[in-house]
Amino acid sequence: MEAQLQQLKQEAIDQVQNASTVKELQDVRVAYLGKKGPITDLLKGMGKLPAEERPKMGALVNVVREEVTAVLDERLVLLEEVAIQQQLANESIDVTLPGRPVKTGNHHPLTRVIEEIEDLFINMGYQIAEGPEVEKDYYNFEALNLPKGHPARDMQDSFYISEDILLRTHTSPVQARTMEAKGGEPIKIICPGKVYRRDSDDATHSHQFTQIEGLVIGENIRMSDLKGTLSIFAKKMFGDDREIRLRPSFFPFTEPSVEMDISCFKCGGSGCNVCKKTGWIEILGAGMVHPNVLEMAGYDSKKLSGFAFGMGPERIAMLKYGVEDIRHFYTNDVRFVSQFHRTEV
Amino acid sequence: MLVSTKWLADYIDTKGIAPADLAEMITRSGIEVDAVIDRSHGMTNVVVGHVLERVKHPEADKLAICQVDVGEEVTQIICGAPNVAAGQKVIVARPGAVLPGGIKIKKAKLRGEESNGMICSLQELAIEGKLVPKAYAEGIYVLPEDSQPGADALELLGLNDIVLELGLTPNRSDAMSMLGVAYEVGAIISEEMKYPEVNYVSSSEVAENVLKLRVEDMDANPMYVAKVVKNVVIGESPLWLQQRLMAAGVRPHNNVVDVTNYVLMEYGQPLHAFDYDRLQTGEIVVRTAHAGEKITTLDDQERELQPHHLVITNGQEAVAIAGVMGGANSEVHEGTTTVVIESAYFNSASVRQTSKDHNLRSDASSRFEKGVDPNRVEAAAERAAQLIAELAGGEVLHGSVKVDELDKSQKEVVVSPDFINNRLGMKIPLEEMTSILTRLKFDYEAANGLLYINAPTRRQDIQIEEDIVEEIARIYGYDEIPMTLPVGETTQGGLTPYQAQRRIVRNYLESAGLHQAITYSLTSKELAQSFALESAPVTELLMPMSEERSTLRQSLIPHLLEAATYNVARKADSVTLFETGSVFLGETAEGLPHEEEHVAAVMTGKWLDHSWQGERKTVDFFVLKGIVEGLVAKLGLDQFVTFEQAQVDGLHPGRTAVIKLAGKFVGFVGQLHPTEQKKRDLKETYVMELNLAKLVTFSLEPLVYTPVPRFPSITRDIALVVERGQAAGALQQIIRSAGGKLLKDVRIFDLYEGDKMEPGQKSVAFSLTYEDPERTLTDEEVVKAHSKVLKALEEQGNAQLRG
Repeated sequence: MEAQLQQLKQEAIDQVQNASTVKELQDVRVAYLGKKGPITDLLKGMGKLPAEERPKMGALVNVVREEVTAVLDERLVLLEEVAIQQQLANESIDVTLPGRPVKTGNHHPLTRVIEEIEDLFINMGYQIAEGPEVEKDYYNFEALNLPKGHPARDMQDSFYISEDILLRTHTSPVQARTMEAKGGEPIKIICPGKVYRRDSDDATHSHQFTQIEGLVIGENIRMSDLKGTLSIFAKKMFGDDREIRLRPSFFPFTEPSVEMDISCFKCGGSGCNVCKKTGWIEILGAGMVHPNVLEMAGYDSKKLSGFAFGMGPERIAMLKYGVEDIRHFYTNDVRFVSQFHRTEV
Repeated sequence: MLVSTKWLADYIDTKGIAPADLAEMITRSGIEVDAVIDRSHGMTNVVVGHVLERVKHPEADKLAICQVDVGEEVTQIICGAPNVAAGQKVIVARPGAVLPGGIKIKKAKLRGEESNGMICSLQELAIEGKLVPKAYAEGIYVLPEDSQPGADALELLGLNDIVLELGLTPNRSDAMSMLGVAYEVGAIISEEMKYPEVNYVSSSEVAENVLKLRVEDMDANPMYVAKVVKNVVIGESPLWLQQRLMAAGVRPHNNVVDVTNYVLMEYGQPLHAFDYDRLQTGEIVVRTAHAGEKITTLDDQERELQPHHLVITNGQEAVAIAGVMGGANSEVHEGTTTVVIESAYFNSASVRQTSKDHNLRSDASSRFEKGVDPNRVEAAAERAAQLIAELAGGEVLHGSVKVDELDKSQKEVVVSPDFINNRLGMKIPLEEMTSILTRLKFDYEAANGLLYINAPTRRQDIQIEEDIVEEIARIYGYDEIPMTLPVGETTQGGLTPYQAQRRIVRNYLESAGLHQAITYSLTSKELAQSFALESAPVTELLMPMSEERSTLRQSLIPHLLEAATYNVARKADSVTLFETGSVFLGETAEGLPHEEEHVAAVMTGKWLDHSWQGERKTVDFFVLKGIVEGLVAKLGLDQFVTFEQAQVDGLHPGRTAVIKLAGKFVGFVGQLHPTEQKKRDLKETYVMELNLAKLVTFSLEPLVYTPVPRFPSITRDIALVVERGQAAGALQQIIRSAGGKLLKDVRIFDLYEGDKMEPGQKSVAFSLTYEDPERTLTDEEVVKAHSKVLKALEEQGNAQLRG
């Protein structure tokens, strides 16, 4: 019986070594070690042996069984590895082929600029105020210290709907409305929106464009506060090393009035085609809110003061992205709009 | 305003500051210098020549051979100008000369004859044709007889000059004169300026004896001064005067007219000269025009006047439109011997209105309408009288003929130095402030901790304390203002919920594959109402610039379709655009149109293209509907929104759904009607528009978590046979309402309309999910619920289970 056992062992080990696939190996396992296999049969047959031989034989069978199992397991690891390698080879793909496209769109460049400015001021504690695009002459002009017949009305040729109603020529009426609604309380707002002027559309003019304005009213608001605020804006929008300068100007709704230039972000101030060799780029108009504007909205101009500023997102986008023709913003050419896809933080 | 720095030097010593630096200083302290113009344009070798002889070119009718004394030699120059003549002093560009535009003058042969240079017109020296005196407009310019051959002609013509072009804001009308600019420069560089000296000998004859004056409208014309000059000889002005006028952008005419223009530029006070004899009546009456009264102005235009227009008359007929333009009937001409010089103060609003009505803006009207200096009206008349006496040889009659009720007082502004410093956020010492006021030539007194300032009348813009703040700050320098931030209560910044939601809508649509467009609000009357979600009156412009931009839009779709056509015409294989923006409907109680924010989209062409794996899809109804469904789900409105088959003007009658929110119409999605597509050169195109305001302001319960189910759900699939016209959405609705509490979800997973069906029938397959959050469902419970569903489908939807 022992000889029989050794022969079986040798047979089994040969079979294991001959198996070339995991499947064949499993067949060998079933054939030799399974419930119906010869080794199990041998164990079952032990009952016929004399009682004193049974332990010795039992131990021997178990040794053989373990030896076969060990050889088999070792072979299994090897064959499994082979199988995996085979599978991987078969599954290999050309990863340079393009992926399934996920179609995404993006913000219009003006929205991109406007939201960037909004967020920048929101972080400084401003709220966003909006108002109607069709306005009363009162809010668009009169409440802003531009009575009928004022020479400065020439600066803005308007689209009138009736004698007293027009398409707003700036977003300042939102300021006038907000002031009126706030009834003398402090204000800190940003007003973005569409505006309209009687201009023929060309590379630098558009009868419809956007504006974004800011207004702060409170106790003892100073011109230095305006300058500090605009400096933060310029640095965040155009780069940390931007410097600003103020130049005197005139707007009927502010006194003093200024225009703000930033040091050229392209050449840093040494002079180039972007800054027309001056080193400076005009970005926005601003000033201290005119007392007439405060008083007309019910504010005591002796107690409260404020500053306001306004700029054109078109101009900022044109400067920032090098766009040469304002009409691109309103043509909605996919080849233009889709260029503003990537993010910039 | 064009400021010749050579001319300016008459009034102020700029101490050798380079014009470009001066320009920068002026810009930084108040008036923007738009351009610094070098009138020499880099020209060289341009001299005075004396034409000794002129003979016709034997080979060319239009050319002349001239022998010209250019100082160092007599040389031959061929000239094509019709007016060249022997004896003239002319401008000669010598060989080697460089003229504007880089033109180099060389020795040449013209039709066989040698030519050593060029005799120049003023245009060839870069003077605009409209500024060249009429006599020389078509030929060469003739210099004064006493010019020395060989002398530098640029110097003689005043072209060695730098002109500063000022971009004046409406408040700084004081700088519309050389004297005003001199004041400004004086304040900036802290230098005294000097006025021109005015003295002349007047005749014994008294002006009032030859001219009568009456002003009927003292509001519109509170001051009128007339000077009478007799025995003038009209002729060309001296070169210095001509060249100063040309530098200032004014065309020289004759000595009298040139003087009035010169003083206008010098003092900022518009003047007018009448021919006394052509006035005929020896009288000037200023009155408002009669209705229908006509006048032919100096530009040869006949103009009809209205009763609110102020006119100068000779007591009978109009001889000038006050402050705007003179009349042809009283114009100074070659034979004029006696002139009346008018210097007046006309009300700015009146001139502004008149000039606007006639669409006629002149150097005079642009000054009057901003307000001239009341204290220069008479001074300017005297200055003109002096110059006319000097240059036209006239005798100035004694005294002025004058009506004067004009307030010439200075405006007092009282301001405290603290106010100035508080407003600026600075600590400028009082002495510094008073020094600035002195430089500005503002009278002031410092007392009781206050500054009592009398602003000069030339500075009409100085009215309130804040104006003084600006004056101090701009001269002190805006660079000196420190940078601070507002102090006081900190405020919470942020978007309103509406604004935040609008951003979410945009971001969603972009993630879903659409680009944001911005189109015009103004459209044609024809397009204004197409695709509008509701019918409302349109808002039209009073005076549109074009029919195309005459009316405010009521839908975003027409312009989005224009954008689609534009892109398709440029070979875009896919157009997916959306826009958020206002539409304008009817009228509110305030009289303004009702502005409503909408969101709309247009899609056409390729949607998915992953061709190497065989996945391709063009945009269809369900692509756009899916995007809309995703949008309403993002806003939490999916359970309130329904889609219903409907017909909308301009859309495909079988491929359009209206969208309802809680049963109320909020928009639509559908295919553009094939005839509309064709009209716009578009292939299959889909559009949607939604009332964005209604979507984002819909009131929702706050989001609360539902426990994730702990018990397994059971799925039952059913295939139904129904009539082809039966809407799947309706079947789904039947299932939902019949399924009871246990039915969690119903999804359509198959639609079959092929040959295996009876004609007129289709098969729709649904997958139903049953679930009980509290426990494991029993088979009996599911069977019970499911059979209710099947029964309802049969009864309400006429649907049979497919065998």
